[in-house]
Amino acid sequence: MASLVLVEHDNTEIKGATLSAVTAAQKVGDDVHLLLAGSGSDMAAEAAAQISGVTKVLHVDSPEYSASLAENIAPLIEKVAADYTHIWAPANTFGKNVMPRVSAVLDVQQISDISAVIDDKTFERPIYAGNAIATVESVDTKKIITVRATAFDAAAAEGGSAEVVKIDASGESGLSSYLGSELSKSERPELTAADIIISGGRGMQSGDNFAMLEKVADKLEAAVGASRAAVDAGFVPNDYQVGQTGKIVAPELYIAVGISGAIQHLAGMKDSKVIVAINKDEEAPIFQVADYGVVGDLFELVPELEQKLN
Amino acid sequence: MKILVPVKRVVDYNVKIRVKPDESGVETANVKMSMNPFDEISVEGAVRLKESGTANEVVIVSVGPQQSQETIRTALAMGADRGVLVQTDEAVEPLAIAKLLKTVVEKEKPNVVIAGKQAIDDDSNQVGQLLAAMLGWSQATNASKIQLGETETEVVREIDGGLETVKVKMPAVITVDLRLNEPRYASLPNIMKAKKKPIDVMTPDDLEVDITPRLKTLKVTEPPSRDGGEILENIDALIEKLKNEAKVI
Repeated sequence: MASLVLVEHDNTEIKGATLSAVTAAQKVGDDVHLLLAGSGSDMAAEAAAQISGVTKVLHVDSPEYSASLAENIAPLIEKVAADYTHIWAPANTFGKNVMPRVSAVLDVQQISDISAVIDDKTFERPIYAGNAIATVESVDTKKIITVRATAFDAAAAEGGSAEVVKIDASGESGLSSYLGSELSKSERPELTAADIIISGGRGMQSGDNFAMLEKVADKLEAAVGASRAAVDAGFVPNDYQVGQTGKIVAPELYIAVGISGAIQHLAGMKDSKVIVAINKDEEAPIFQVADYGVVGDLFELVPELEQKLN
Repeated sequence: MKILVPVKRVVDYNVKIRVKPDESGVETANVKMSMNPFDEISVEGAVRLKESGTANEVVIVSVGPQQSQETIRTALAMGADRGVLVQTDEAVEPLAIAKLLKTVVEKEKPNVVIAGKQAIDDDSNQVGQLLAAMLGWSQATNASKIQLGETETEVVREIDGGLETVKVKMPAVITVDLRLNEPRYASLPNIMKAKKKPIDVMTPDDLEVDITPRLKTLKVTEPPSRDGGEILENIDALIEKLKNEAKVI
């Protein structure tokens, strides 16, 4: 067994979801290599070499990898694929975009978004928005797998000393180009990486009222999220959305404020360690998954919570 | 310009999913079925491009059982022109679906394929990217804005942490995300009109595509359940529990 994990990075730092993919890969064997494709990415390659349990880093630095274009990265993976039985990537917008292109060329049925490794060919994955768990066995000789980051602990970012091997670039596909991005700027932790999340739903009534949640978030060093209802109502931008069609999160503490608990929201947060619900409707389905609930007016309860958190 | 839109018949998103007692799968008998919600968005996007004069034909394709004709009819009632059904009662995996779609693309020669980013039953999020790679085309996934052009198309993509804009060479496969548009409801006259629109039916054998599954489903189970906890009197009790019982703050 030899595994290759595709690294998500910004040329300087390794993104956390990659560390969870490394943990998943280690469950089928100790020989775990990383593939890091970037441009001006020496710092990221050094960081990758320090990830605990990694034995080798394949590093390619070339302008065609400056943005994460699937059309350029997939042919690179195909070039090195022969040496590996398993090829892994995080199941986020990066991995989901790239890996099927590799699967198509290698004629492999990819296993998406796994939540558990049973053995080297058997995996669990959530289907129907997490309302069922399928256990699937792959008959393909090579396995291509994307990993649900919240289902695996992150590998330690330090402590390893992998060899870094430079490899040749695969060339510019000429099919697509990157024009720019608008990333949400926030002092707070990213939703998928936060230990504590406080989310608001339709009950927040307006975007301005999210300031109440931000105050609590500042005291707890928490991220702020939202339900799809709050996003669709225009209260907050769409990258706040927690749920099957948004971010899948599993923090230590998830505080749901004015969120009724639609199936699609629950699918995105029900693996959180501790769930708190604050809602005026005691019949709201969110209370069926919450460890602690407080029934009442969020416009009184949230400021009170903020004041008493000291 | 000609647009091909793949659609899938799935369990309606409002239906509570039940796992079969023998763990062989999810109950689909006597359950309301609908068009995959992300596919409704791609149909709507394609029909708007036709209405604005950018496209002149919208062709719908589905892979599935005979009843998938109803799903295609729904898309025709929304304003698409005609349909293609690749009929099979087998469960078809994303890789095989992409192979079938590739043969349909080679016949129909569309300028662009606009698909949903994922189906809400299997949640794989693969078909659009697979198809693009098989055709050697460019791709733009999770689109929330599409500026279609003859030789190049600009797409705003929803990515983790924000938005990204890419320019892709045509022909391309574009997969759509929730916020591209709000799909219309078909009007009664359009539903009547859709009944007369043609649907070609063929089989995977006709297209010479092997759809043998590569994944064996060993079992399908309920997710671990969470029990509801306690309702607390007030915020003081909550803070006390979080500090001393759960120890998370």
